[in-house]
Amino acid sequence: MAALHIKKGSTKHSAYNLRPTFSDKKERHTLAVIVDNEPGVLARVIGLFSGRGYNIESLTVAEVDHLGHYSRITIVTEGTPQVIEQIKAQLGRIVPVHDVHDLTVEGATVERELALVKVRGDGEKRVEALRLADIFRANAVDSTLESFVFEITGTPEKIDAFAELMRPLGLIEVARTGVAALSRGA
Amino acid sequence: MTRQMTGAKMVVQALKDQGVDVVFGYPGGAVLPIYDEIFLQNDIRHVLVRHEQGAVHAAEGYARSTGKPGVVLVTSGPGATNAVTGLTDALLDSIPIVVLTGQVPTFMIGSDAFQEADTVGITRSCTKHNWLVKDTDKLAGTIHEGFHVAKSGRPGPVLIDIPKDVQFASGKYVEPQKIEISHYQPQIKGDMAEIEELVEAIENAKKPIFYTGGGVINSGPAASQLLRELADATGFPVTSTLMGLGAYPASGKGWLGMLGMHGLYEANMAMHDCDLMINVGARFDDRITGRIDAFSPKSKKAHIDIDPSSINKVIRVDIPIVGDVGHVLEDVLKVWKSRGRKTNREALQAWWKQIDGWKAIDCLKFKQEGQTIKPQYALQRLEELTKGMDRYVCTEVGQHQMWAAQYLGFEDPNRWMTSGGLGTMGYGLPASVGIQMAHPDALVINVAGEASWLMNMQEMGTAVQFRLPVKQFILNNERLGMVRQWQELLHGERYSQSWSEALPDFVKLAEAFGCKGICVSDPADLDDAIMEMLEYDGPVIFDCLVEKHENCFPMIPSGEPHNKMLLGEASTKDAIGSSGAVLV
Repeated sequence: MAALHIKKGSTKHSAYNLRPTFSDKKERHTLAVIVDNEPGVLARVIGLFSGRGYNIESLTVAEVDHLGHYSRITIVTEGTPQVIEQIKAQLGRIVPVHDVHDLTVEGATVERELALVKVRGDGEKRVEALRLADIFRANAVDSTLESFVFEITGTPEKIDAFAELMRPLGLIEVARTGVAALSRGA
Repeated sequence: MTRQMTGAKMVVQALKDQGVDVVFGYPGGAVLPIYDEIFLQNDIRHVLVRHEQGAVHAAEGYARSTGKPGVVLVTSGPGATNAVTGLTDALLDSIPIVVLTGQVPTFMIGSDAFQEADTVGITRSCTKHNWLVKDTDKLAGTIHEGFHVAKSGRPGPVLIDIPKDVQFASGKYVEPQKIEISHYQPQIKGDMAEIEELVEAIENAKKPIFYTGGGVINSGPAASQLLRELADATGFPVTSTLMGLGAYPASGKGWLGMLGMHGLYEANMAMHDCDLMINVGARFDDRITGRIDAFSPKSKKAHIDIDPSSINKVIRVDIPIVGDVGHVLEDVLKVWKSRGRKTNREALQAWWKQIDGWKAIDCLKFKQEGQTIKPQYALQRLEELTKGMDRYVCTEVGQHQMWAAQYLGFEDPNRWMTSGGLGTMGYGLPASVGIQMAHPDALVINVAGEASWLMNMQEMGTAVQFRLPVKQFILNNERLGMVRQWQELLHGERYSQSWSEALPDFVKLAEAFGCKGICVSDPADLDDAIMEMLEYDGPVIFDCLVEKHENCFPMIPSGEPHNKMLLGEASTKDAIGSSGAVLV
């Protein structure tokens, strides 16, 4: 029997890449996952994403109920509708997970992120940085004669825009919290 | 009244309260206090294995054959890491087991202490859930919760890591009835609207098929009973995955045999051509579906599964029903009966006629000729000579496993134990130990290949020590048969590393272990040799020398749909395309 000729490049397909594509269009979803705040719970959630090859664009976690020891993990992820459904189902079967909310499909949401932005400069650039910060409603929370640290809150896009404007004005460092999100209305 | 006791005593008490009668394990420094408590009591038997992997597989065999969780006790570090393969195996096959590991004392965790490993970190992705218990007061509750999680919903392995100081310290014992109700309560009842939709599809189907899996067996004997009732009352054909064999009896009138990569021709053809596929507790594994985009193209698909993540994971279904198989089938039967037990009888008759045409191909036929035993013949004779017995069969992994699934018939659930999802060579021998522990008077046969069997052959010592009369039925072809088959079909007959030039003399090996060895090579002697094995009151290593180059058919080549099966040697030429070659 003749040896099989495997075409060059064909090895990029793997046995695990057999998913039918219901829709190729990728969507960005914000998920809120309510979990028991116990050791290892974040590792379980992150391990699920890395182990099954899903994306995490942003992740925020903190205990939100100190009496019940519940934490809220807000995850922004991207994938085809079928992958998003899988992510929700897989999250749902982690034992310490109580609830998985897909805020993107549950209706209108408020999404906010906080960032600290350090800018160094002098002269006209320093004045311009202050003026832009004012427009973006960013507060200077630290200042020296040659630098500012601005605190800015808003949607991820607003923070992106602010950081982009600061770049030519002496942007040094950005720290971001990741997205926190709640559905609108009661 | 709360009872104070040491953590070690608590472990034994909690196991007793959970109804555990046997623990498979291996002692070591970090579990000595628990072993001390085991020494001081007689309710729980401890089976000393020879390697921790063996303990986990034995617990799997115990669990699969009884429906009760299997329990494992091993030490920290290497004890825990040796358990990892078994845990992964149990996770993929949804087997409920509870593994207790010792850990270095809490104040030494993180210091790279002797025999320290990050056990919960290592096993996080191969358990359903795991816990590190740092407080003796929480130990009993955690063990009870562990049993709850292992058994409920889609079953699976759990691990509880217990530092040595927690075992020594004293704390409050909590009875299972008194622990807080766990929030982990998977949905059991199916959605009635979906069930009605399924019943309507059953009434109208022209070419229906039940595609059943391990979930039917996990749901308990009642689920198998309901499946039989529904299948026989509707007259629909039934096929099953490797994991689901026995849920519907091999002698049942609707039985088509196993489906999938090495499934029967009639089963795969019926799956391909059906117009209603009712998946009961199976998960559209890649061994089943073959090429996804050509999988059963004309059918409406219903899927009953207790795990919501199984639904629409691989195959898009039309009628998804999340719930326990037993509960859902009960509702399906109830609704179907109340609506007048309707099926499309005429169409069904035509469908069966078509199926009978596929059956006539007789895809499992083979010719036993000459002086060499064909592996299929060995299994056919084994089936013939043990059919009516109180029999449990487990296997290793490879060609022999597929032949066993094809040529042995299973009449009841929990009678067939095999490593399906993970495909763990070395599973069978320790599993047979666990099965025999649970069923001391039954006939337990491990159908094995010599290569798989050698991977955990040390467990023969366990079988001898505990007087477990397990029969090791080794189909010895001196090859890694399945690897060899793929190399023949895919890699130009370049048999890279797929044979062994230094196999032991299995009869002498049996003598060395203190059990009986039988070697047979002539087909004429086979029946007598099998009878000798069955009649011997003790463990037997049965070395059956078989044809070395036999391939396992039928076979769906990787990357092909169900209707492109290979039925024998003649059809194998260039059967696998380059895109199929990269698949496993």
